[in-house]
Amino acid sequence: MHKILNTGLGWLTRPTLARLLMLALGAGLTTPALAALLAALLTLDSIFRSDFEDGTLEQILIGAHPVSVLVLAKVIAHWLVTGLPLLLVAPVLATFLGMNPDAIGVLMLSLLLGTPVLSLIGSIGVALTVGLRRGGVILSLLVLPLYVPVLIFGAAAVDSAAAGLPVIGQMYIMAAFLALAVTLAPMAAAAALRISLS
Amino acid sequence: MNFFVKWFHRLGSPPWFYRVSGKLIPWFTLACVALMAYGLYGGLVLAPADYQQGDSFRIIYIHVPAAILSMFVYVVMAVAGAISLIWRMKMADIVLISSAPIGAIFTAIALATGSLWGKPMWGTWWTWDERLTSELLLLFLYLGIIALHNAVEDRQSAGRAVAVLSLVGVVNIPIIHYSVVWWNTLHQGATIMRLDGPAIDESMRWPLFAMIGAFYLYYFIVLMIRARGEILNRESRSRWVRELAGGA
Amino acid sequence: MAEFLHMGGYAFYVWTSFGLTALLLIGLLVWASMGHKRELSRISRRLRREKGSV
Repeated sequence: MHKILNTGLGWLTRPTLARLLMLALGAGLTTPALAALLAALLTLDSIFRSDFEDGTLEQILIGAHPVSVLVLAKVIAHWLVTGLPLLLVAPVLATFLGMNPDAIGVLMLSLLLGTPVLSLIGSIGVALTVGLRRGGVILSLLVLPLYVPVLIFGAAAVDSAAAGLPVIGQMYIMAAFLALAVTLAPMAAAAALRISLS
Repeated sequence: MNFFVKWFHRLGSPPWFYRVSGKLIPWFTLACVALMAYGLYGGLVLAPADYQQGDSFRIIYIHVPAAILSMFVYVVMAVAGAISLIWRMKMADIVLISSAPIGAIFTAIALATGSLWGKPMWGTWWTWDERLTSELLLLFLYLGIIALHNAVEDRQSAGRAVAVLSLVGVVNIPIIHYSVVWWNTLHQGATIMRLDGPAIDESMRWPLFAMIGAFYLYYFIVLMIRARGEILNRESRSRWVRELAGGA
Repeated sequence: MAEFLHMGGYAFYVWTSFGLTALLLIGLLVWASMGHKRELSRISRRLRREKGSV
């Protein structure tokens, strides 16, 4: 029974990238949202990997400092090399894609609010899978359901702006996601790290 | 307060759970079969065809109970996860992992019957509206929990990892439930849980409630069976299990 | 009877739904029961072995 389940799940998660793209395009995600997704997802593993491998992670866990603060620091670092560059490049990208100029401001705001959430939620997934041998495969399966609401709202905001409709609702929700994620994700990730390394 | 504490300790004891569930299963099965018989007969035969949707509306008698249970089971898992993390209760771990495949099946049924209902009604097998998408995400959450539990080698760590995951994912449940309220979705709005009473006609209503009840009972029955298997697996070296199996 | 099976033209959708559901729910039940029985037999087999070796 387990064999069947594992093979089945393996099929689901293995060519994850291809399936992800199909899913995302089907869901009507705009290219920038897709870029944000890939930028975050493909680099998530690096948050804890090197520390895990050389034993630093264990030292952090038994150290005197609260783990959640250190997780937050690592997440910020991740965002600085994935979300922030995307944010800075976005206006150029958008112009190349022929996007409505009104929408570009909203695009930047939604990326600003959304990409940190991707890094934060991603850190929970990585923390849960860092000790696993084939953790990368499961990682996508774990974080994708949690990413999709954020991505959908961000994409919806940009679409609305391009159509000239108000976007304040979507912005509030994305800000709420950010507030929720910033406060809760580091703690969840810290708990997950303890579990993974126990 | 004492009452709750006493029951909390009882539920947390594997031998107690094993014994009591063994007695409950036959009764629950009887009730489930009775409710399902009435629900199916009432839904398929007695209820008149809908004036707009014809006989295809009868899918509601599976789709709605399955959808309700798909959310209920996840909430149970999240609560069990919280209990497992806070009080390190073995039974909470067992309830969580035993419920996961059941919830996944309910979600799959809800999605499949929804598609089969949507095709004749909306003309499409699928649409990326908020409720359908978040229900699909729920399925992925279930599969993720099952996959993670299988992947982690140490059973205790596995239990706690899925506990964290179930708690993180529980935010999806209000999104599913309220999606039809917050947005103008293709999926219809709330029919049962409304302030001014259910919107469904009486002739169709009671078999639906019966099916919902039957699905709840089904969940508890399968949960108990799975949990009993898990308990035997984990407690196989303890005296009460040896006496139980030795006598068998 | 024929009308019942025909389901007003929606026979495929309605019966596939009910049939698929029945299959899945019964299958799940059977799987769970088999798992429980397997655990019981495994334990009693081990007990018999231990008693035999005493």
